[in-house]
Amino acid sequence: MVACECKCEEPGKDELSKQLELIIDEYRGKSSGLIQVLTKAQELIGYLPKWALISIAKGLGVSLQEVYGVVTFYAFFSLIPRGRHKISVCAGTACYVKGTNMVIKTIREALGIKPGQTTPDSRYTLEIVRCIGACGLAPAMIIDGKDVHGRLEAEQIPEILEQYA
Amino acid sequence: MKSLDQLAKIKESMQEVLKVRQGEPSANWKAHIMVCGGQGCISSNCRDVVDAIKESIAKNGLEEKTKIVLTGCMGPCDMGPVMIIYPDGTFYRRVKPKDAAAIIEEHVMKGNPVTRLLYRAPGAKEPTQRVHDIDLFKKQKKIVLRNTIYIDPLSIEDYISRDGYAALGKAVTQMKPEEVVAEVKKSGLRGRGGAGFPTGMKWQFTAAAEGSPKYVACNGDEGDPGAFMDRSVLEGDPHSVIEGMAICGYAIGAEQGYVYVRAEYPLAIERLEAAINRAREFGLLGKNIFSSGFNFDIEIRIGAGAFVCGEETALLTSIEGKRGEPRPRPPFPAQSGVWGKPTVLNNVETWANVAPIILNGADWFASIGTEKSKGTKVFALAGRINNTGIVEVPMGTTLREIVFEIGGGIPRKKEFKAVQTGGPSGGCIPAEHLDTPVDYDSLGALGAIMGSGGMIVMDDTTCMVDIAKFFLDFVVDESCGKCSPCRIGTKRMYEIIDRITKGEGREGDIELLQELAVTIKNTALCGLGQTAPNPVLSTIRYFRNEYEEHIKEHKCAAKICELKE
Repeated sequence: MVACECKCEEPGKDELSKQLELIIDEYRGKSSGLIQVLTKAQELIGYLPKWALISIAKGLGVSLQEVYGVVTFYAFFSLIPRGRHKISVCAGTACYVKGTNMVIKTIREALGIKPGQTTPDSRYTLEIVRCIGACGLAPAMIIDGKDVHGRLEAEQIPEILEQYA
Repeated sequence: MKSLDQLAKIKESMQEVLKVRQGEPSANWKAHIMVCGGQGCISSNCRDVVDAIKESIAKNGLEEKTKIVLTGCMGPCDMGPVMIIYPDGTFYRRVKPKDAAAIIEEHVMKGNPVTRLLYRAPGAKEPTQRVHDIDLFKKQKKIVLRNTIYIDPLSIEDYISRDGYAALGKAVTQMKPEEVVAEVKKSGLRGRGGAGFPTGMKWQFTAAAEGSPKYVACNGDEGDPGAFMDRSVLEGDPHSVIEGMAICGYAIGAEQGYVYVRAEYPLAIERLEAAINRAREFGLLGKNIFSSGFNFDIEIRIGAGAFVCGEETALLTSIEGKRGEPRPRPPFPAQSGVWGKPTVLNNVETWANVAPIILNGADWFASIGTEKSKGTKVFALAGRINNTGIVEVPMGTTLREIVFEIGGGIPRKKEFKAVQTGGPSGGCIPAEHLDTPVDYDSLGALGAIMGSGGMIVMDDTTCMVDIAKFFLDFVVDESCGKCSPCRIGTKRMYEIIDRITKGEGREGDIELLQELAVTIKNTALCGLGQTAPNPVLSTIRYFRNEYEEHIKEHKCAAKICELKE
C-alpha cells in the first residue's frame, strides 16, 4: 500500500502534543527519565521538533539547554524529520570485513542519497550504524529498527528496498 | 516465592519436560522441537519454519504429543535456521518451511531423521545426527549459556526446571551476605566486560562502602563492533542475568537494580522486560523474596546509541538520564555510582556466571580454566570464518582450537592472517601466536585484550592498515569529546593513517603514530581513549611490513586501499 503523500491521516500537532503530555506525565518532575521520554517522544513524532523539546524540558523540570545537550549526544535522536523507513547499514567489524562499503555504495546509487540524508519523497533515510550484533550474517543492514537483512549481495539490495513503500 | 519447597514443587512439575530435553524417551511426549530464535535465525526466517511445523503438527493431530519452542541463540548463526529435536537430540540446519512435513511425518512420527538437513562436518562423508556429537558443540563448555538450547527464554518454569532461582533461594535462606561475597571471591570470577577485574572484590568494596541505598547495575551496552555475546544471553536466558543481580543485591545490601541495554537490541529488551515481569509475578523480584525479608527489583534503562556509555562511569551517568560522559576515577562506582551511591556494575556475561557459582560452589568454578582466569568465556566468531556465531569455551583454550576446530577454519581455502579481539580497544593477533591460550594475561601480553569477546577472523583479503583505519574512524566518531587526548589525538592519528592508505604516507609516519599512541594511552580520561590506539599499535607490531609497503612502495597487497602512484 502506498502511503498518503499529504500525511492527512497522521494526527496533527495538537493531537501529538496531547499524546506527548501523557508520556511526560509518567516522569513529570523526574529528570532521570529524560532519555526514556525522548525515546518515546521520537517514537511518537518520528523526530524531536523544538516544541516537543520545550514541553519535555518543562515537564521534567530540566533546562532546554540540558535537553538539547542530551539529544545531540546520543546518535539515536534526530532533530530533523526523517524518512518513513530508516535503513541502517551496519559498519561493525565483521560487516566491514565482508563488504559494508559495497552495501553503502549500492544503496547510494539506488537512492541517490548519502548516509545521513533522506530521499526527497521522504521514503527512506540512510544511516550508518555501529554493529547491530548480527555479525554471523555479515554484511547486514536493519530496516526500521527491526527487520534484519543479512548476507547482502549487491543485486538483491534494490529488491529489498522496494518492499518498503 | 515463599520458600525453597515451593520452588522445588515447580521444578518437580517440570520433570517430564526436563527429561525429554535431556534425551530420555517419554510416554507423554513424542518430541520437543527446539527452534533457534536468536537474531541470526530470525533473520533467516525461522518464524516461518515454526509456523509450518505447527501446521504440520495440527494436520497430523500431534498437538498433545509435541511441543515447539523458540529458544535463544544456539550458536551457529550461519547455518540458520537451526533446530534440535529432543529426546533424540537431532540437529537440523538450514531448515525451510517446506521441510516441516518431512520433519513431522518422517522424523517425529516414524523416527527416521531427515538426512538432507543434517550437519556434515567439513570433509566428512557421513552426516552427524546428534547435536552432542558435533565437534562444534562437543568442544564447548557451557556455563553462561547453560540453558540456551534447552529452554524457552520466556518461560520462567523452563528456567526453574534447570535449577533456575535455586541459587538465589540458597543465598537468601542459607547464606549470610558476606558468605555470598566470599564465595564469588573464592571462585576467581573476573569481569567479562573486558578488563577482567575480580568480581568478588568489586562486591566486597561496595558492600563495605559507606552510603545508602546501594545499587546493582548491569552493563548490557554491548558496543564493540563484532561482539554479540551479551545479546545472546539477554535474548536466550534473561532470567540468568536477573538471578545473578538479585544474588548480588542480597550480598551487598541493595534493593534496586538497573539493566542498561542498547536500543539496537529490541528483541533483548523485549525478552528481558517479559522476564522481569514474570519474576515479579512469581515473587522472585519484589518484596520479601523467599520469606527472607530481602527485597529486590530491577528496572531497564535503554541506551540511545553512544559507544562511550559502555565505559562504567559514562554508563552510570547515562542511567541518570544525562549525557553519558565519563568522569575521572577514583572515586570508583563501588564508592560513588548511580546517584552518587555505592554501586556494583558488572557485564551481562559476568551476571550469568553468578548463579552456577553459588549453586555448585566456588571450587567447582575454580577448577575450570587457567590459574588466573577461571571459568569459561563466550566468544562471538565472525568475519572470514566458516562457523560464524556464538561459542563458549573454557579459559585457556587456544586461539587455534577456537578458530580451526570449533570455528571450522577459513572459507574458500584462504590463508588465515589475523584474529582481532577486543574491538576498538583490542588488537590483531597473527598466525604465529595461534597457539596462545585464551586468558586475560596471555592476550594482554600480545598487545590485544580479552575484551568483551568479539573475535573477527581475517584472511589475506584484509589489509591491516585499512583495519587500523577502520577502528580509528570508529573511535573518532564515538569519542565523547570531553578530554583532548582522545578527541584530538585520535583524529590526528586518523589523518596520518588516512594519508598512508591514499599513498601519501611519509617517512617517519609510523614512528609518529607510535608516539601519539603512547601519549593518548597515558593521558586519556577513560578506557575508550586509553585503549583506542591499541589496534594501530598491534598492527604496527605484527604487520609493520604492510605499513612500509603502503608508505614506500604505494602498494596494498590486499588491494583494499586505493593508493595514488
